Formats: sequence, structure tokens, C-alpha cells
Amino acid sequence: MNGFNWGLPRAASSYAHEIDFLIGLLHWVMVLIFVLWGIFFVYCLVRYRARDGHRGTYHQTGENASLIPDALVLAFEIWLIVAFHIPMWRAIKQETPNEKDSTVVQLVAQQFAWNFQYAGPDGKFGRRAASLVSASNSIGLDDSDPDAKDDITTINNLHVPLGKPVILHMTSKDVIHDFAVAEFRNKHDVVPGMSTTLWFDPLFVGKFEIGCSQLCGLGHTRMRGDVIVDTPEDYAAWMKEQAADKAGSADASDVQPVAVEKKS
Amino acid sequence: MTSEHGHGEQKFIWKYVFSVDHKTIGIQYLVTSFTFLFVGLCMMLLMRWQLAQPDQPFPVIGDLLAKILGDDKMPTGVMLPEFYNQLGAMHGTIMIFLGVVPLGVGAFGNFVLPLQIGAPDMAFPRLNMMSYWIYLVGGFVMLSSFLFPGGAAQSGWTSYAPLSVIAPPGQTVWCVAMVIIITSSLFGAINFIVTTLNMRAPGMTWSRLPVFVWAQLVTAVLLLLAFPVLEAGALLQLLDRVAGTSFYIPKDLVVGATVFPRAGGGNPILWQHLFWFLAHPEVYVLLLPAMGIVAEIIATNTRKPLFGYREMVGSMCLIGVLSFVVWAHHMFLSGMRTSLANLFVTTTLTISVPSVAILTCLLLSLRGGSIRFNTPMLFALAFLPMFGIGGLTGLPLGFAPTDLHLHDTYYVIGHFHYVVAPGSLIALMGGLYYWYPKMFGRQMNRTLGKIHFWLTIIGMNGVFFPMFIQGMAGMQRRLADPTAQTHNLPVQWWSIPMGISAAIIFIGQFPFIFNFFMSLRNGEKVGENPWEATTLEWACPSPPPHGNFVKTPEVHRGPYEYSVPGRKEDYWPQDEAA
Amino acid sequence: MSTAVAHVETETNTGIPNGKLGIWMFLASEVMLFGGLISAYIILRSGSPEMIIPPREMMGVPLATFNTFVLIFSSVMMVLALAAIQEGDVPRFGRYLGLVIACGFTFLFVKAYEYHHKWEEGITISSNLFGSFYYTLTGLHCLHVIGGIILMVYILRCGLRGEYTPTSHGRVEYAGLYWHFVDLVWVILFPILYLLNT
Repeated sequence: MNGFNWGLPRAASSYAHEIDFLIGLLHWVMVLIFVLWGIFFVYCLVRYRARDGHRGTYHQTGENASLIPDALVLAFEIWLIVAFHIPMWRAIKQETPNEKDSTVVQLVAQQFAWNFQYAGPDGKFGRRAASLVSASNSIGLDDSDPDAKDDITTINNLHVPLGKPVILHMTSKDVIHDFAVAEFRNKHDVVPGMSTTLWFDPLFVGKFEIGCSQLCGLGHTRMRGDVIVDTPEDYAAWMKEQAADKAGSADASDVQPVAVEKKS
Repeated sequence: MTSEHGHGEQKFIWKYVFSVDHKTIGIQYLVTSFTFLFVGLCMMLLMRWQLAQPDQPFPVIGDLLAKILGDDKMPTGVMLPEFYNQLGAMHGTIMIFLGVVPLGVGAFGNFVLPLQIGAPDMAFPRLNMMSYWIYLVGGFVMLSSFLFPGGAAQSGWTSYAPLSVIAPPGQTVWCVAMVIIITSSLFGAINFIVTTLNMRAPGMTWSRLPVFVWAQLVTAVLLLLAFPVLEAGALLQLLDRVAGTSFYIPKDLVVGATVFPRAGGGNPILWQHLFWFLAHPEVYVLLLPAMGIVAEIIATNTRKPLFGYREMVGSMCLIGVLSFVVWAHHMFLSGMRTSLANLFVTTTLTISVPSVAILTCLLLSLRGGSIRFNTPMLFALAFLPMFGIGGLTGLPLGFAPTDLHLHDTYYVIGHFHYVVAPGSLIALMGGLYYWYPKMFGRQMNRTLGKIHFWLTIIGMNGVFFPMFIQGMAGMQRRLADPTAQTHNLPVQWWSIPMGISAAIIFIGQFPFIFNFFMSLRNGEKVGENPWEATTLEWACPSPPPHGNFVKTPEVHRGPYEYSVPGRKEDYWPQDEAA
Repeated sequence: MSTAVAHVETETNTGIPNGKLGIWMFLASEVMLFGGLISAYIILRSGSPEMIIPPREMMGVPLATFNTFVLIFSSVMMVLALAAIQEGDVPRFGRYLGLVIACGFTFLFVKAYEYHHKWEEGITISSNLFGSFYYTLTGLHCLHVIGGIILMVYILRCGLRGEYTPTSHGRVEYAGLYWHFVDLVWVILFPILYLLNT
């Protein structure tokens, strides 16, 4: 990595560099403030230590000047809010990319795993219901729903293609979890009873660890997963494989012939 | 308002056990809170071991612990993740509600406030006595939760729902204990406010009050108005747990593979709002008394008036007001509406301004002084850079875009520990060295004090500074075994020096404990005013008798008239005749 | 224990007696307690589809209205009791305070009947969100009424023993403030629980 980066992991998403820049900026300012204050502090301790014949000074001066650090801090913070917070928060948390141009995945978190649901070729997500949850159907996918027929579900592995943003619509089955990928510099709580959204646009292929960032029980420490960013070709192949697996494991009674593309 | 009362020599139980004298009650709070702090420290040592050597049996006493704690906590001396979570939740709860607040408010506030305003006692002495005993009962109830099946509370001191609602019975005990502890605090807050408003000695105007008194007053107002909201929230959580309600439970919760049988319709985020509405002002409850103590010690030991008295007092009041409108900066990523984030970022960054102002004033108070480096001053001085680090690291957290990376990581733990441990707690320890002579009529040993100071400060920095490094790498909070996640591996090795530093803190407390008890008998005896200070607590015997002042003091000047030009002595007590 | 100084009102910096200021502080905390619960109710009522408000007929509005007047009436009695002791008329004070206590008991009996009736109708603390809030809010309020009754019995006893005089009766006033507050909380709970129906 070029230069000092404050111990941050590699930046792997489109907004990660901007966040890193801010983290760096803030910390350099913090170091500067601390060093300046520290120098003044040590200076006072030495210069004004008690010694014979030396009395304290009763009259104070510079009362107005002492407000300068406060004003500087306030000005700096206002600048941060206007120049960085408002645009960045809007971009990362409010303005989700167009779903048509993104890979949209649903996440159902549970104690202690990440369940991902893909819409499959039909592009529609099948219905889920709490009453249908079982050991073999952890997201409660409703098989009677035609949209659910081609849905792919994975556990702890989020495959995505490079080249377009990924949008995660997230909910939890049980307690609050938090989907976090340190290398993407983003996270968001995953809350039962509501849907929260997180999007990211990966910069390169690779494997990026998902960690749960909200205490969720005794298995919190091992609740991990991976975001696997594939090339578009590898992703398509993976999808085909998943679809084939799904068709192969479906009941004979509700098999609908799925056109399987022959690999060329 | 003199020391004459209607009763004669009291029986031991009324004089020392159920005493209504604010000084005795203050010492009761002192000893009890330090004990709870020590218990919290021991819990942390267990956790630090697990973090440094995951799933290894605890050294030396591992088998003993296994026997005492049982198979559901540390079988064969290795910590189960459930037990780690229990230690984590209880460490936080104990340190905050049974340790730092009772020490800062119950101990020092009780002992010193009436003295500094020239009052014979608190406005409601019997209520004061009840506050202490309710606190003690609450503390025992809280600790007893470890004995329940499934163990103690284990959903973090933050007790987020629905995890806290489905947690084992220890969480119910937590809710009940919190209601008890909150009741104690509310009674105390009422007492402090009425006493400060109503019982100041003649001439003790608002602008002549020591900064410590202002700090306690603002703290009491925060406690009075913020704690009941948590009480309401805890009541709802208790009902969710035992009465089948769904205040925090949404519909169709599935735990394991079974649908959680509730009507549903509740909102987990509601708990967060109710909790943080208290818990944010709570951090200023942790901080303000400590800042007040630092102000007093610095004034006395620089032999000059504090810089910016009005600015400091005004900032404390402003912090008090603003602390009620920043709470959701703990919830940026909770799923609350993002438009709220803008509001709370703004209020959060605003509240940093008065905090900076207070620190600046304390720092500038050193300029032009004649600094005496006695034991309390070491602690008060250390507070400044330590709180500086803590406060500065709050900036990337309060600022939402950077919080995206740092939320729920060790960076947060580092930040708040810096402000509370090398921050508040260091200041509070300084307060003990400072007011011990007044409490017990003797000085504490200086050498032991210095050893305590250096071991504690070095140890604390050794534990908490690497947390920023671990947090930057993305290491999450509350992980019983960080090595289970690969992104933590590069920073895992820090846990070893951190564990050693924790042991240094632990060892460093023994000179302190020894010093405290030994000096009761062997400490150098002192008179009324060993520090040559100006405030009223130094204008009565050490220790003060029941009723404090033989004659009600009359106040003629401000609290920090040191080195007044033209006077022989370099201090001019507040009550000395003009 | 210094009960000898219990009723002597010393001079205070603000001019307000300690007890009075103390009660006001206590009431401020109570405002935050009930305020927290009522805010939770408002948030979930406006935001949760599971918050199903029972129809007015099921809520028993006439009886609750009567109960509201019982409390308001008791507050008036409290004012009169205070006026009586201010004039040193202990028997009159006793009668009015007795009425306050009687009203308190009446309120509780009516609430007990209401709870029983709602239980039969299927509105329980866990049946749905509305039931949960109804019993929690009114239940906490009832606990405060019980506390108030105990307080008033104590005040009545002290008063009848001659401990309150025209110049020294602070505790009657403070107890009265508490009672008015309990009344006020009900005056807020009544419309938001009983009268706001879809």
C-alpha cells in the first residue's frame, strides 16, 4: 500500500477510498491537536512548576483568545458536515443505485448464519413466511409461490459479479445482527420485523469477510461469511451451477423442465 | 443551620450503619463503589485472558475457577462464549452503574458538596441514607444474576432487544436490579438539587460556587430527567420477558426453528431510543463530577484562580442541555431514518465544543501557576491528555461517514474507555487522594500513591491504546474469540501486551488498597487545611463533626482566590473575614 | 433520629421550602417516566400495523369517564383539605382528606372492575400491543394511586394527631402536589387510551 494508511484493511469498494481519506484527515487533525496541546501542557508543567520565590499569577489574560480553539473546532466540524457528511451519507445510505443495473440479493440473518436469497432467472424473489421455516428451509421460502421456483439460496457465501453494484435488502429472523464487510467500509444493522438496505460496488475480484457487528448471542463470535466477487463469467457459471443443483433436488412432482444451457 | 441537634450519643447502628450524616454515607458509597470497581476489574482480567489466548484454560487458578463457577461457565477452566458475554455485559453494567457513578456522585458528591456550600448536611438526610442502602441492595441483586440458570445478563450492558428479551433469566434480574439502582439515583439527584439550590451558606452566591458543585448540580439534573426514561424502557423489557408483551418484539420472530409465540407488532429500535436517551446523558454523569474534581485539584495546586470560571460553568450547563439531543449518534446504523442522522451528527459535533472549552480552560489554568506535584495533582494532570485522547477519538465516531467503518469495533471501546478509565476514574482516584485527609484526618502515603499512579496510568494506556489499532482493522466488539474471523488475525497479537497491561493495572491497585487502610492508622495527621486551599470544605475540622461547621460560615469571596496581590498568604479562604 | 426538626421549616436560599422543591423535582422525574411510556405508546400506535385499537364500545368509556371525574373531584377535595388546615380547622381537614382517600379507593375499585371486564373481552396484557400498553400505562398509574392513598392515610393520621398547624403544614401541600400530579397523568391517559378510536 502506498504510504501510511492508519492500519486500515485494503479498500475494496467504490466509496472506501473516500471514507479512508476522511479517516486519515480526521486522524491527522486529531494528532495535530493533541501534539499542540501536549507541547503546551508539558511547557506549562516545566515553566510553571513550584519553586522558591515563585507565586501564581492572580490576574488572567487572554480570556477571549481562549475561545479561539473552540471556534476553530466548531468551524472545522461545520465544514466536515457540509463538505463530507451530507453528500456522503446521502450517497452511501440514502441513494441506492438503480436496481435494474445492480445485483439485488435478499439477506435473512439468523443466529448464527447469513442466508442469501437470489431471485434467479425470473428476476423475482419468492415469498418467504415465518411459518415455513424449518431446518432444511431456513428462510422459510414458500415453494408454492411460482416466483420461488428458481430462487437460489446460499448460506454464508455471497457471490456477486464484478462490474455492477450489489444491493442487499436485509432482515433478520430473530435478533438484531449487523452485516459488515470491513474491506468495503460499510455495515448496517439487520433488524427483525423490518427491511434495511446496504449497497456496495466492489473494485476487484476476491474474497471479503463478512463479520456480524451487533452482539447476537453466544455464537456472535463465529458468525462470519464471505462476499465472493467473481468475474461476470465466473459468476454466470456459478449461477448456472446453483440453478442446476436446485432443479436436481426438486421433487419429481413439481419439476418444470428448466432449459439448461449447454456449456460450450 | 448549626451543628446542634436534638439527639445524644447514638448507637453504633444509627451512627455508622444507617447513618443519615452525608459524610458517613459518602464513605459508605466510597468503599462500596471501589469494591464494585474491583469486581469489574477482575471480570475484565478473565476476559482479557480469553482474548489473548482464546479457549485456553485460565492460568494458575483455572481449575479453581472451573470448580467455583461450574460447567455452564468455565468447564475445565476454559471460558464458554456465553460466559464471555455475561462478563462483558456485567463488566459494563457494574463499572458504570455500581462503580463510577456511585463513586463520583454518591461518594464525592455526598461528602464534599454540603461542605463546599457551607451546609450542615443534605436537604433530606434520611432520603440520603435510603439512597445508599437501595444502591447496595441493587448491587447485590445485580450480582446475584450470575447464580441464575443460564447465567447473568449477557446481551451487552446495552441490552438490545430482541436478544435481551429471549435471553436467559439473568436478564430479568438485570431489569429488576436496574429499576432498584435507578430509584437510588433518583432519590440522590433530588437531594443534590434541593441542597444546592436551598442550603448555600450566606454569601455563597452562584458565582462563588466551586466548579465541583456546579458539576454535581448539572449531573443531578441529568440523572433526574434521563434515568426515568430508561426505567420506562426497562419496565417494558421486563414485561416482554415475563408478561408476554411485544413492545420490542416484531411479528413472526423465529428463534431457532420455532416461531416465537407473541402477538408481535413491537419495534426493537424503540428500546434503543429509550435506552440511549438515558445512556447518552449518562456518559456526562460519568464525566462531569470527575471534571469538577480535576478543577478543584488544579486550582489548589497551581496556587492561582482557575482560568475561565464562567466559561467552564457555562460549558457544563450547555453540555447538560445538549446531552439530551445527541443520543441517536449511537444508532446511525440501526435502521432509523437516515434523515435523523443529519440532525444527530450536527448536535453531536456541537456538543464537542463545550467539552473542548472545558479542557482548554483546565489546560490554561496551568499557565502562570506555581504547580505542586503532589499525588492528587499527578492524577488531575494525567486526566487532561487522557481525556484529550478520549475526546478526540470521539470525532471519527460522531461523524457518521467514518463511523460506517468504526461502529461496533474496538475503536469504540478504546474511545469510551479512554474517557471513563484514564479519564474519569483517574480523576476520581485523584479526588480520593485529595479529600482523604478531610475524610479521615490523615494523609495517604506519597510513595505508594506514586506507585499506584504510574502503574495505573501505564497499564491503562497499554490496554486501551491498541484498541484503536484493532478497531481500524475492523475488529468487532464483544467477540468471545476474535480469531474465529480472519480479518482480526493481523491485530490479534496486540491482545497479549494488552493482557499484560491489564495485569499491571490489577497489580497497581494493591498499593492503593494497602495505602487506604494503612493510612487510616498510620498516616500523617493533618489539621483543617493541609493543602492550603480556599474552598469551604477546608474550613472545618478533619474529619468534620456532625453538622460540619461549628458556626455557619459566611462567604466573602470567590472560590479560587489564590496568590492575591498584596496578601502575605498565597490563598484567601472563602469564609475568612474581609 | 432527629424527628424533632421534621416540621420546622428552615430558611432556604430560594425561599421555597426544601420539601416543596423536593416534590417538584420528584414530579419532574415522574413526568419523564410517564413521558417515556407515553412516547413509546405514541410511536408504536402511529407506526405499527399490529396496534389494533379496540372499538369504543369495548373500552367502556362511560365508566372510565366516571372514574376520571372521581379523580378530578378528589383533587378538588385535596385543595379544600389544604385550605382547611391552612385555617387550622382539623376536623374539616380530616373530612376532606377522608374524601380524597375514598375517591382513591373508588378509582381503584372501578379499575379492578374494568380490568376484569376487559380480560373477559379478550383484551389482556399480551393479547396485542394495545392491551400491553393499556395495562402497563394504567397499571403503573394505579400503583401511583395506591402510593398516593398510603401517603394520604399517613398525612391524615399526622393531621388528626395535631402535627399540622396553620404555620406548619408543608407536608400536606407536598402530598397534595403529588396527588394532583397523579390526577393529571390520568387526565392525559384517559383520552389517549379511551377516546382516540379509529
